[in-house]
Amino acid sequence: MKASNNFLKLYVPNLNVSEKEFAEKITLTGTKVETYERLDKNLSNIVVGKITKIEKHPDADKLVICMVDVGKEIVQIVTGAKNVYEGMICPVVLPNGMVKTSHNIDNDGKGVIIKKGKLRGVESFGMLCSIEELGRPNSLYTDVDGIFDMSNLKCNVGDDAIKVLELDDIVYDFEITSNRIDCYSVIGIAKEVAATFEIDYVEPNTQFKTSFSDKNYISIDVKNKELCSVFSTRLIKNVDIKESPEWLKNKLRAVGIRPINNFVDITNFVMMEYGQPMHAYDYETIEGKKIIVKTARDGEKFKTLDGQDRILDNTMLTINDEKKILGIAGIMGGENSMITENVKTVLLEAANFNGVNVRYTSKKLGLRTEASNLFEKGLDPNNAIKALDRACALICELGIGEISDESISIIDNLTSEREISVSANKINNLLGTKIETYEMKTILDKIDLYTTINNDTLNIKVPTIRKDILGFADIAEEIIRFYGYDNVSLTFDNVHLIPKLKDNNELVEDELYNILTYNGFFEIMNYSFESQKVYEKLMYNDDDFEMKQIKILNPLGEDFSVMRTQLINGLLSSLSNNYKKQNKNVKLFELANIYIKNENDKELPIEKKVLTFGAYGDDVDFYYIKLICEKIFNQIGLFDVRYSDLDIKYNFLHPYRRANIYFKNKLIGYLGEVSFKVLKSYDIDKTVTICNLYFDELCELADFNKKYNEVSKFPSVERDLSLVIKKEFKVDEIKKIIIENSGKLLKHLDLYDIYEGSQLPDGFKSVTYNLLFSSLDHTLVDDEVDAIINKIISKLNEIGVEIRK
Amino acid sequence: MNIAEIKEEVLESLKNIKSLPELENFRISYLSKKGKVSLLMQELKTFSNEEKKKYGKEINDIKLFIEDEFKKCFNFLNEKFIEEKLKTEAIDVTIPVKNYSIGHIHPCTKVYNEVKFIFKNMGYEVITGPEIEYDEYNFEKLNIEKGHPARDEQDTFYINENIVLRTQTSPVQARVMEKGKLPIKMISAGRVFRSDAVDATHSPTFHQIEGLVVDKNITFSDLKGVLDSFAKAFFGENVKTRFRPHHFPFTEPSAEMDVSCFKCKGKGCRFCKNEGWIEILGCGMVNPKVYELCGLDKENHQGFAFGIGIERLALLKYEIDDMRLLYENDVRFLNQF
Repeated sequence: MKASNNFLKLYVPNLNVSEKEFAEKITLTGTKVETYERLDKNLSNIVVGKITKIEKHPDADKLVICMVDVGKEIVQIVTGAKNVYEGMICPVVLPNGMVKTSHNIDNDGKGVIIKKGKLRGVESFGMLCSIEELGRPNSLYTDVDGIFDMSNLKCNVGDDAIKVLELDDIVYDFEITSNRIDCYSVIGIAKEVAATFEIDYVEPNTQFKTSFSDKNYISIDVKNKELCSVFSTRLIKNVDIKESPEWLKNKLRAVGIRPINNFVDITNFVMMEYGQPMHAYDYETIEGKKIIVKTARDGEKFKTLDGQDRILDNTMLTINDEKKILGIAGIMGGENSMITENVKTVLLEAANFNGVNVRYTSKKLGLRTEASNLFEKGLDPNNAIKALDRACALICELGIGEISDESISIIDNLTSEREISVSANKINNLLGTKIETYEMKTILDKIDLYTTINNDTLNIKVPTIRKDILGFADIAEEIIRFYGYDNVSLTFDNVHLIPKLKDNNELVEDELYNILTYNGFFEIMNYSFESQKVYEKLMYNDDDFEMKQIKILNPLGEDFSVMRTQLINGLLSSLSNNYKKQNKNVKLFELANIYIKNENDKELPIEKKVLTFGAYGDDVDFYYIKLICEKIFNQIGLFDVRYSDLDIKYNFLHPYRRANIYFKNKLIGYLGEVSFKVLKSYDIDKTVTICNLYFDELCELADFNKKYNEVSKFPSVERDLSLVIKKEFKVDEIKKIIIENSGKLLKHLDLYDIYEGSQLPDGFKSVTYNLLFSSLDHTLVDDEVDAIINKIISKLNEIGVEIRK
Repeated sequence: MNIAEIKEEVLESLKNIKSLPELENFRISYLSKKGKVSLLMQELKTFSNEEKKKYGKEINDIKLFIEDEFKKCFNFLNEKFIEEKLKTEAIDVTIPVKNYSIGHIHPCTKVYNEVKFIFKNMGYEVITGPEIEYDEYNFEKLNIEKGHPARDEQDTFYINENIVLRTQTSPVQARVMEKGKLPIKMISAGRVFRSDAVDATHSPTFHQIEGLVVDKNITFSDLKGVLDSFAKAFFGENVKTRFRPHHFPFTEPSAEMDVSCFKCKGKGCRFCKNEGWIEILGCGMVNPKVYELCGLDKENHQGFAFGIGIERLALLKYEIDDMRLLYENDVRFLNQF
């Protein structure tokens, strides 16, 4: 919401603070100034001048020499502008004066100083200015490019052009919160200003003279009362369409509205003042002198005044005459009834439409206007009537039309002033303050919340425009806004909960983060949505749970259309991104939720937290990733985790280098080398190995209960066992037999060498284990250990495993 | 042999010994079982008792003398030997190590951990809630009924008519309050979603931390105390805080908290857009309407809530100027935190 200082001063004439102080103080009472701009920043020494004579430049075809009367003297100025003429009045910057831009250069926002100089040998003492050189957009002022023609303005040669053009103004851009509909208006902000700076507020004039009577100039029929509570009109005859006076035009220009003609400008001006959109119809175009407010027919077509054809549906409210649609309620009028320069009689309208309906219609049509932006906030119906009076007062003031005695209106169910009673004590208890009751009253009175005191009770009259004030908490906010948020002391609540240790989830998460980062993995974050095409790319099987994706009804695009059921695509995309940027040896991980469709779509989908990590680069292979897994499992108390390649079906993994991971027969994840076909589609030309662990399962199984186990005082005995096995033989079998046959004495088992080569028959490999035995109660003797080893060997022989000779 | 001569001889030969092997030869010739001292001892056995007394002492003295000289010489040479051996083991300590690699956690996680740490230290519990939520919890129970303009401010992704991707972490508040167990003192963090196209300051996915304290007598001044402490803990003890009126449907009174710009100390700079203040979070007293909507008695409950954007804190803290960097996952970026 924009408002300029000069606009505000129409209602708070005593406002005299610097823009910085203004912005700071009004922000602290709740009307935040987001930015402000002095319109005369970088403008100086600019006067009104009159061109008295124009001569050709002797040496340049495109330049002319002007003699310019600037009041105190006549100066010679050379210009290249094409629109100059003898007698033209225009802004002139004198030597050493400053303009915002010159030849489109703004000197990094510092302005441009104009010096006296020579142009092609002819001396020039200053510069004739365009409006853009004064920092204002041409479109707000004129259709003509070039020097800004001030011939129509009331001013004298030598006057300060900045003042004449009302550029001695400051434009504030306020952030208005959605509850404060009263502040989407200049007078609403002016009231806040008056209360903040404790100065008087002057209500705009709404008095006017009427000049004729016509009891039947229109008949109004509102079919959908729930969508239109007020439809108020006046008839204006003998209208005199012309330009608005400069003071009015300049108020509009400051907030970025282009002046059109006096009637359009008045509706815009009142919309700014009151936050109430208005509409002016050419009365002659209204057939049957009837206004019917009703919803459109499905598929009905209508051309809005921007020349666009709109297709309506039966939820959209329209304004009609006997035969046709005149406008889409609260959004935009039609070409068919808009006022032109030739209009004789105007039907002026101010109405109140249902905000939600306007918003939906505006959204469906893709048509947002100043009017719809206001209506969709849900305006105060009473405001429509006030705004209509204000527009009539301006018409009267400017003498540009005759106003009917009657205001033919449909007014339904108008809200009236409400009364709220609150306890002052309760307010202090909420705020943690000790504000006196009379002080509360003083504050509330200042902002038109007239209050009477009865012991501890404040009885407050709430004007209808303050739709946001419903109860005790709202009153507390009003009080504290002006008492000052800063004046509330800092205290601490006395809520004490019994402290808790970290739970399994937090402990597991800590371990994951520690192990992964210490091993060189970087944490990544990816969006939760992705393209459905990802699932083809990763070649999922139809019965994989990853295929149960949730679709977003209104996605940002195909690439963001489903909620992810896996983190693999994010990981591979991120690895690919790094690979393309030539980052070497990249290890990444992500811990995030996946979302799986619930067959019962009345219930929430299933969210599961998943850890995915993977890497490419030196030393990274299946066993490296398995090592990381083992470190994790060890730290969270999962021992004897099993890896199996028998039942894993993911096609994005190498068919002979992939495994499911089980703990106590519960699937806790999988790992594997990514298949080269998939890597190709991610543009990665290196081996990538990944692992996926189900976080929720890890937390459930994790065991952080530690109990001391006695350590042996007696020496241990080590034995090595070298075995020859077929290449495809899985060593897990051997481990099982060794452990089963060793009893309690085996303390450690380590497969420390695997050999394949010429010393062994084709298709065989040798594996060497180191076994460490010890006892808690005696020193082991060789015989004891030998007996165990022999038992192991004979069991191994049974499954065809031989000792290497 | 004359004892004095032996003494001379010992000193003379030790003088010429330059290495441990040479010294070993010396030891063998004097101090071993067949060495010169042993020979003297054997000779002594043939002497009379009187002579034994006299020469015995002399021989013993010379033995101690030789042992002593030997030890001195040994210590000297041994030191020299160790020193020379260590010298051959000299390395270039400036050679860089190979395969150094430590990963980093994401800057958002880092910020979240810090915020969590601060609030846990102030006695807050950590609670989680679903990221895909019922419209009822995300909006309705938070006083944002259907058609409320706030639903447009937070453009929402829908799964179906009743289920949305949560636009804020606040639904966790409703879930906790609904249980009705007092006191409540919690934070909850996680992903939220809004249908904003990706640009330097917007992302369709980001993270929030929600806080809620409810009991019978929690005040706005308590809210100020807690959040001022948070700001000082997170940004440094010297930052000042400022509370500005604002509006959220689920709190009343509501506020936004700014901190004094930690780059220019509040003087005004490019970082704080010349305001001297930087907006950090939104907060307020829980709206009595929300208690009602969550099935609580509004007369007997009083408390505050706040919401913090994690990405916003990360961008501020690490002076990152483009939000997209947080989701590009380039290790050259991630390596910096």
